[in-house]
Amino acid sequence: MPKVTIDGKEVEVDANLNLIQAAELAGVEIPHYCYHAGLSVVGNCRMCLVEIEKAPKLQIACNTRVAEGMVVHTKSNKARAAQKAVLEFLLINHPIDCPVCDQAGECKLQDYYMDYDQQPSRFPLGKKNHKGKAIEIGSGVMLDQERCILCARCTRFFDEVTKTSELAIFGRGDHNRIDINPGQPVNNKYAGNIVDICPVGALTEKEFRFRMRVWYLHRTASVCGGCERGCAIDIHHHRGRIYRFKPRFNPGVNSYWMCDEGRHSFPAIQGETRLTSPLVQSKDQLVTESWGEGIRRAASMIADYKRQYGPNSIAAVVDAQSTNEEAFALKQLMKSAIGSDRIATLSWSPPGASGDDALLIRANKNPNARGLAALALGTGGLDGLAAAVASGEVKMLIVMRADLVRALGEEEFVRRFGALDYMLVLSPDANETCQMANQVWPIAAYPEIDGSFTNFKGRVQRINAAFPPPGAAVAAIETIARLGHALDGADRPSTADAVFASMAAAEPAFKGLSLATLGEHGADLAGN
Amino acid sequence: MERILTRWLDIPDLRKLEVYAANGGYQALRKALFEMKPEEIINEIKNSNLRGRGGAAFPTGVKWSFIPKESKKPVYLCCNADESEPGTFANRYEIEFDPHCILEGIAIACRAVGAHTAYTYLRGEFTVQKRILDAAIAEAYANNYLGKNILGSGFDLDVFTHRGAGAYICGEETGLLESLEGRRAYPRNRPPFPAIQGAFGCPTVVNNIETLSNVPHIINRGAAWYKSIGPEKSPGPKIFCLSGHVNKPGIYELPMGFPLKDLIYDVGGGILDGKALKGVIPGGSSFPIFTAQEAVKVNMDFESVRAAGSLMGTGGVMVMHEDTCMVDALKTIAHFYHHESCGQCTPCREGCGWIEKLLIELEAGRGKMEDLKVLVDVATNMEGNTVCVLADSLSMPVKSFVPKYREEFEAHIKLGRCPFKDGSTSQAA
Repeated sequence: MPKVTIDGKEVEVDANLNLIQAAELAGVEIPHYCYHAGLSVVGNCRMCLVEIEKAPKLQIACNTRVAEGMVVHTKSNKARAAQKAVLEFLLINHPIDCPVCDQAGECKLQDYYMDYDQQPSRFPLGKKNHKGKAIEIGSGVMLDQERCILCARCTRFFDEVTKTSELAIFGRGDHNRIDINPGQPVNNKYAGNIVDICPVGALTEKEFRFRMRVWYLHRTASVCGGCERGCAIDIHHHRGRIYRFKPRFNPGVNSYWMCDEGRHSFPAIQGETRLTSPLVQSKDQLVTESWGEGIRRAASMIADYKRQYGPNSIAAVVDAQSTNEEAFALKQLMKSAIGSDRIATLSWSPPGASGDDALLIRANKNPNARGLAALALGTGGLDGLAAAVASGEVKMLIVMRADLVRALGEEEFVRRFGALDYMLVLSPDANETCQMANQVWPIAAYPEIDGSFTNFKGRVQRINAAFPPPGAAVAAIETIARLGHALDGADRPSTADAVFASMAAAEPAFKGLSLATLGEHGADLAGN
Repeated sequence: MERILTRWLDIPDLRKLEVYAANGGYQALRKALFEMKPEEIINEIKNSNLRGRGGAAFPTGVKWSFIPKESKKPVYLCCNADESEPGTFANRYEIEFDPHCILEGIAIACRAVGAHTAYTYLRGEFTVQKRILDAAIAEAYANNYLGKNILGSGFDLDVFTHRGAGAYICGEETGLLESLEGRRAYPRNRPPFPAIQGAFGCPTVVNNIETLSNVPHIINRGAAWYKSIGPEKSPGPKIFCLSGHVNKPGIYELPMGFPLKDLIYDVGGGILDGKALKGVIPGGSSFPIFTAQEAVKVNMDFESVRAAGSLMGTGGVMVMHEDTCMVDALKTIAHFYHHESCGQCTPCREGCGWIEKLLIELEAGRGKMEDLKVLVDVATNMEGNTVCVLADSLSMPVKSFVPKYREEFEAHIKLGRCPFKDGSTSQAA
């Protein structure tokens, strides 16, 4: 591996790296706009000009591979002058409309201006070139051609990643502009990524525009719950509300990208239908009650059924939207506190949902289908469970996250499960199944809890609680621990770390893993 | 001097194959096919010190030697006929009057580097020239100077013509390759160089028309003969394009090293209306201007012009007399580069427009003294920091015009108008 010296720091790096990547390893940031590690190198912004000893002119770091003995200066007078000059050039025709620009606060023009330029404009305001503003280019993306610095990240993304090529550069010289071909809007399922990779405010998301200044947003690392791919994401939130999902780099899962379906899946999570209190059915209506009442009521129902019909009269359904910890905790509860081995799973995707594609999207819209399989859940299946209900063997059903009514249709649900005596539903929102339940417990949605999902390839990735769940809703594992305690007086782990630890001890697939050491890229299931 | 590159002036109908063949045409190709190995051709060209005539003056034989031997990929030759440099108009006549010489040069070059496909990239406006070249190619195919098994040698070569769509940047060799491949003519970052990764990702030589027209003559008469014309380091005949305020503008074939003073006053018949010389751009609009005092001392070859502080480029000599407003002249140059900048990379895209806007104001008398500093700063900031040299092509004129004619720029600012125009009416930009 070649040794290079960057700003006096010697590093030994892979021979395939360019100077921007090598500098990063040396702890040096080389400013850049057009370079993106997920795209081809075009070298058009000229921001990464650096001085290389023995080279006659400044070289662009993005297009320069490391070589043995290379000595690079990124902050020499010549390099600084070039960086400053490029920024001045980029800004002369830029509208400098930061006060009304959504990118403000995460804009590389702003950041680098502060870091490398800081000189007043020498270009007269009235001489700026004007181009198109607030153009809807399709797929929820807005284009401002005046803010654009023509780095061609967006065109390269559509050329190289989605291979749909809806965007191109039109015109010439300083009249160059990004645009769609007339009448052919952007139409692909990954368009949101061009907003992410746009280093300036030229591409913004229609849904996000003017809704929140980015400096108020907190970021919490998580995983998209939209499908079994489990794209690594950051949840951007403020005061308990999610404003956007942004993909987070994970080479083994989603690279730098995510799909638009997943990106726009968060409004459903924080809709008007969220449950904020435990409910109990009274005179054909669901009425609120306290957690204490709810836990006592459920525990006594379980005890009754156990006594009258035996432990296997109680069954559970776990949805593949549940985390590994939730599924494991319920499995343990059924086994240790109830003594039932009847546990079925639901891994349902809405009809008409998108199928597998060549990039990221998976037909299975559940983030943890593989996790349930790894926990050896769901071997009996819903059909076996329905038969047991119909024959009167199963009287009580505990449902976690599964919207059985929606998945089966009301008629089919009644046909299969109508014979049930008692149904306890744990759900973040008031779905159709809740309407049929005797008891409903409000639980946290996945952005509100710590835990993990296992993607379809067996990669276990950590999710983190961004903010607390609404109202009286709690993390499902907490409720399960309380119910267990009410049943047998035993203490059960109620934090994600502790549940994961017992899962790793009990389940061969999770052997050797711990939630704390999953890291930002996650870890593979044992033997995967 | 014997006319070599412009012998069509002495030989009527040289563009016809039978006339060309009767005057020694395609003898050099025969020699290259039957008597010389490819390395020997390359060495002969190297020894001749032939340097590229497209503007960069790179040694042609050296360029050919960069092509990997035994390349697993096909090798291509691209003949650059996108002649667009302001003040440059030699290639068009060469195509019109001596197309077979170009084709013979192409064939010899292809034989030397192992190419079996050659593309001639013509500028968009060359419609007539394309027709003439296509006719010559058809004649050459019909007589087996091109095509399969040329003259029974076993060497195959196909030549295609491709017309651009009218952008100056297509003459930049990697912009040309992008355009040839069907994309926007955005010049490429180097490395990789075209010799390794050129057209369609394959090793490629890009040579100018005039460069290739020299090749048959060198093969026929030898490197020593060629080096005897003009200075040894940049020898050979050169077609100079003389334009501007001279009595006899036009193309003149002269030996390299010919004095610029004689080109203007003798060959060119002197300055229009007997006026005084003010400045000369020696190599097309991209290069530093010579003042009258500098111009009369320079010999026109690559080394001498460089030593005098400019570059000979294409040999497009543009003469300006005393009535020329140098601010206006520079504004015109800036307009061209602003219009032709492809806009790919930042300094050129933004800088060219900025410079033109500054010059519009200065020329109209609305400029400020500090604008002169900004003008030179912008030019300096563009220079050397871009993908290709288009930015330098505006930077160099700016950085020579401003200091050399500074009092004229200042006069515009002080008077609030152009001193060369009637002061009674206000000047519109």
